[in-house]
Amino acid sequence: MTDEYRLIGKDFVPPDITGKVTGKAMYAEDFKVDGMVFARMYTSPMAHGRVTNIDTSAAEAMDGVVGILTAEDVPEVEAPNAAILTNTPAYIGDPILAVAAETEQIAEDAMAAIRIDIEPLPFVTDPLDSIVEGGANAREEGNVYSRSREGSGFRTVKWTREQVEELRSGNEPKGEYVNEWSYGELGEEFAKAEKIYEEPFVTIGYAHMSMEPRTAMAYWENGKCYVHGSAQSQSFFIPGLARLLGVETKDVCLISENTGGGFGSKIVAYPISALPGWFSKKIGRPVQLRVTREQEYYMGSARVGFQGWIKMGFAADGKITAADVFIVEDIGPNATGGDASSAGGAISLVYDPSALRFRGLPVLTNTTPRGAQRGPGQNQIAAVMAPIMDKAANDLGIDRVEIRKINAAHNDTIVNADRRPVTSAYMREALDQGAEMFDWENRIAQPKRNGSKVRGIGVGQGYHSAGATGFDGLLRITPDGRLHVHSGVGNLGTYSYASTSLAAAEVLKVDYDRLEIHRGNTDNHLPWSSYQAGSVTMFTHTRTNYVAAMDALDKMKRVAADTMGGESDDYDIDGQRVFRIDNQAMGMSYGAIAARAIQLGGIYSGEEYPEDINEITERAVQGIAGSGLVGVGKDNLPQDGVIPGLAVAFCEIELDLETGKYDVLDYVGIAECGTVIHPKGLAQQMKGGAVWGMGMAKSERHVYDPQNGLPANVGYHQCGVPTYLDVPSVTRSDAVNIADPQNPFGARGIGEPAMGCSVAALQSAISDALDGYIFGRTPVSADMVVNHVLGRDQSYLPLQTNNF
Amino acid sequence: MASFDVMPEVQLYQPVELGDALNLADELGEDGWLLGGGQDTYGWLKDRAKQPTAMIDLNGIEALRGIRDTNDGIEIGAATTLRDIIRDERINRDYSLLAQAANRVASPQIRNVGTLGGNLSQDARCWYYRRGLACYRAGGNTCYADGPEAMNREHAIFDASRCVAVSPSDTATALVALEATMVAESLSGRRIIAAEDFFVGPDTHIEQMTSLDTGEILTAVHIPSKWAGQRFYFEKVADRDVWDFALVSIAVAMSMDGDSIADCRIVCGGVACTPHRLTGVEQAVRGMSLGEQTAEAVAAIASAGAKPLNYNHFKMPLMENLVRRAMRG
Repeated sequence: MTDEYRLIGKDFVPPDITGKVTGKAMYAEDFKVDGMVFARMYTSPMAHGRVTNIDTSAAEAMDGVVGILTAEDVPEVEAPNAAILTNTPAYIGDPILAVAAETEQIAEDAMAAIRIDIEPLPFVTDPLDSIVEGGANAREEGNVYSRSREGSGFRTVKWTREQVEELRSGNEPKGEYVNEWSYGELGEEFAKAEKIYEEPFVTIGYAHMSMEPRTAMAYWENGKCYVHGSAQSQSFFIPGLARLLGVETKDVCLISENTGGGFGSKIVAYPISALPGWFSKKIGRPVQLRVTREQEYYMGSARVGFQGWIKMGFAADGKITAADVFIVEDIGPNATGGDASSAGGAISLVYDPSALRFRGLPVLTNTTPRGAQRGPGQNQIAAVMAPIMDKAANDLGIDRVEIRKINAAHNDTIVNADRRPVTSAYMREALDQGAEMFDWENRIAQPKRNGSKVRGIGVGQGYHSAGATGFDGLLRITPDGRLHVHSGVGNLGTYSYASTSLAAAEVLKVDYDRLEIHRGNTDNHLPWSSYQAGSVTMFTHTRTNYVAAMDALDKMKRVAADTMGGESDDYDIDGQRVFRIDNQAMGMSYGAIAARAIQLGGIYSGEEYPEDINEITERAVQGIAGSGLVGVGKDNLPQDGVIPGLAVAFCEIELDLETGKYDVLDYVGIAECGTVIHPKGLAQQMKGGAVWGMGMAKSERHVYDPQNGLPANVGYHQCGVPTYLDVPSVTRSDAVNIADPQNPFGARGIGEPAMGCSVAALQSAISDALDGYIFGRTPVSADMVVNHVLGRDQSYLPLQTNNF
Repeated sequence: MASFDVMPEVQLYQPVELGDALNLADELGEDGWLLGGGQDTYGWLKDRAKQPTAMIDLNGIEALRGIRDTNDGIEIGAATTLRDIIRDERINRDYSLLAQAANRVASPQIRNVGTLGGNLSQDARCWYYRRGLACYRAGGNTCYADGPEAMNREHAIFDASRCVAVSPSDTATALVALEATMVAESLSGRRIIAAEDFFVGPDTHIEQMTSLDTGEILTAVHIPSKWAGQRFYFEKVADRDVWDFALVSIAVAMSMDGDSIADCRIVCGGVACTPHRLTGVEQAVRGMSLGEQTAEAVAAIASAGAKPLNYNHFKMPLMENLVRRAMRG
């Protein structure tokens, strides 16, 4: 279906590939400027406390120490929000002060000479230990924090010991909760069910594990702060960074050409990204704050952990009649997350129950700050749901793929409490395609047991909303005839900034080698672009670049008409020329059109622009005005309904009942993301998502000692991130490739479901290998399997979190 | 809390003769740090958790490298890389137990630079100790891993004495099974130490994992011909297939008399502060034949006497299962 396009659906080499494979790509830490000093942070050794005294005298007396930055030097922030520096640290690793010195070694020596007194305060690392009567509160103001449009605030919620034990035992929680939404008649729909299942679950909220720590360097010139930072988003990062620095957006320049991973932890400006700016302002020199690997794990955020209960009702034909879910979510010390409600939304869309109730309790803990991580909420619940779907299928005598098709999202599905439509959805087609590619029928017919080893076959589904609207597109054609797309999309390594730029080239029929993409530096005149997260970029910025290209196309025809006579409708484009339809010999090259546009000025060359574009785009247009024919516009294209990114996965594992170890033998992932824009980019997303899902299912962990609030996971080794020898060397993937009607090219995003389907498929396969047993926990480690097989108790308490 | 990751200033000595290294080790005493592949060095130093004033780089000493035949087996230089051991024809033919164990150390990248001496001499991997806490092993007066709520899934179930850390070395289990001896040299001379005695528990010396004295250098490992070409079994269970230390591992050397086990040595890693010999199982299986019956008969002996902590009782059945697998033949 992409044959109609010149560039869309074809592989290409994104411009930053060479730098990545040669090591020449520049990251925040690689930038040095004259006079730059090195800053290091002193962070809290206590899980919760109040700083009573800071003695920096010995450090300041050292040769080469340039300055100290404390909480008094930066804006105060109201709890539970994260501050740049704090005197009331709420987790081990919370930044208290920073030291700047002429060399890193002096900065570290100075750090060792600092003495800080901290009065300890109560702390807690497991939400259930906080909500139980007598349990500690993570903040002095309370232990629950709810953010909502109606108002945000602290609460103190305590359950009786019996209520907590009920939840741990897998029974419906009777304790207080603060969030709720629902649709349908829950009681009536459960009454229609042939089978009803109640399952407790816990998903560990493990770290984001960005390879590039959030190092940043900043300096000021003429009242403008230049920040070399590690950011997922480019333009979307600016407003938050400006707020943190206390300046207007026009006074911030972000340079973030390459980012070594963010995974949700660097979507918007985070407090530490502003620390070098404040420090530079104080001491009058450029400051590089290098964040160590250990510190990245303290503050680099982690997925929201879930402890919950779910009740599912299935009719005899496999249709899900009702779902009731209760989630206690670990929102860390800064009340960040919101995953639980998203999990409810995912149940609504992926499994389409006739009635659904979501209840949630967001609980503060003194652990790593939490943040959105690939499929925040959707991927946790995908892992929970998969073995329950299997259990229902087996009990009802329905094939496990078939029961998913019975409940799968399709074009007429309506979702969430507000019962919104979807733009399009082809989950059934994805399941069919994957089952065929995986050879599902044959695989499930094979013998399972071979000595101590048993095969498990799994299928999983992933979902995330995958698009946004209202952002801006900006491009220009210069007198040399080249197309310049200005992209405010960040570069997280997905290359979607480049893939979406193809949309403009496609509309304007420009060859890829005539396309230049400007990005990665605010001074490159970048428009207001979406967050590089939430699987939105592909849908969102194929639209913005389409809008800008259509604006340019209209202007090019008008310039041609103005120059060669007639009306703009008399003209068309091809071969990088604008020509008369009735006389193709009569035309102008793109270069000539651009030169003429500069002469004409006004709307043609960017001196005038639409009123509804963002102020960041306005400045970008002003910056390029007069340099060519400018196409610019806000995405006001029609859009209605939820934009679903969907994926399914199939996997086969071999599990050893004696060692508890299991290996993934084969993996197939199918993307359902509308039109495929960049096949290799999509394949990499599917592969990366598969590996990440395997990590979540098998080994990635978040460990805190509840006695002292100390995290064990402060490096890649301890965190259990899968290595290339822990996953199949080959994973297979394909795409449904049916266009979505609400995108000019039919595209939707895919990043997050590519992982959700993987963790779900693996959980499904584990359950299949163990005759339908449901651990209700991620990750499933070898010791858990050994204990289960032998009928022994597990080491942890039911629903215990932040443990091995 | 400061966070360090810059290499501090230390004197670097790069001797090319063993004698010079021994002189330096003697002269520098506890201020000198012996450097092999560096995989257990740079973390300690960059974290400033250990603060020696000098490093003695042993990698330039040719005599410490290589695999040589002896009158009674082979000698492996302590600075020989794990990769070279894995690829050595003689070791694979006669002492494949060691090759198998070496091949499960950490990751391919680490095995490329990591040395046998370093793998044997590495410090405890207890996460509390590695975080620089003042525990018994670090000279303090408590064990953080042995508390009522401590996270001790990876810790010892045998022979704990104040410290509950385990021996992390994969090659150690194989060398104890093979009755290897360690060659330790100092200006005072040469000591030959049985592998079993080379590793010391916290009841002997709580701040050391080996019996090496200050000023001594592990120069070589001898493997006697007694077990050459015999029947071996090695298996390591870790969370991941690479990089992770053993939750439980097993190294077995067996000599057969027809279908019967004539002699055998069985050693588990990851369960005690030193490689843990299963002498009860060894005695029980002598004279028995390999098979399911023997496996079932002796498996339970493996974990007898274990004292699990809160999170590691799974190591008991896991040990038993590994013994089963080794004895099935």
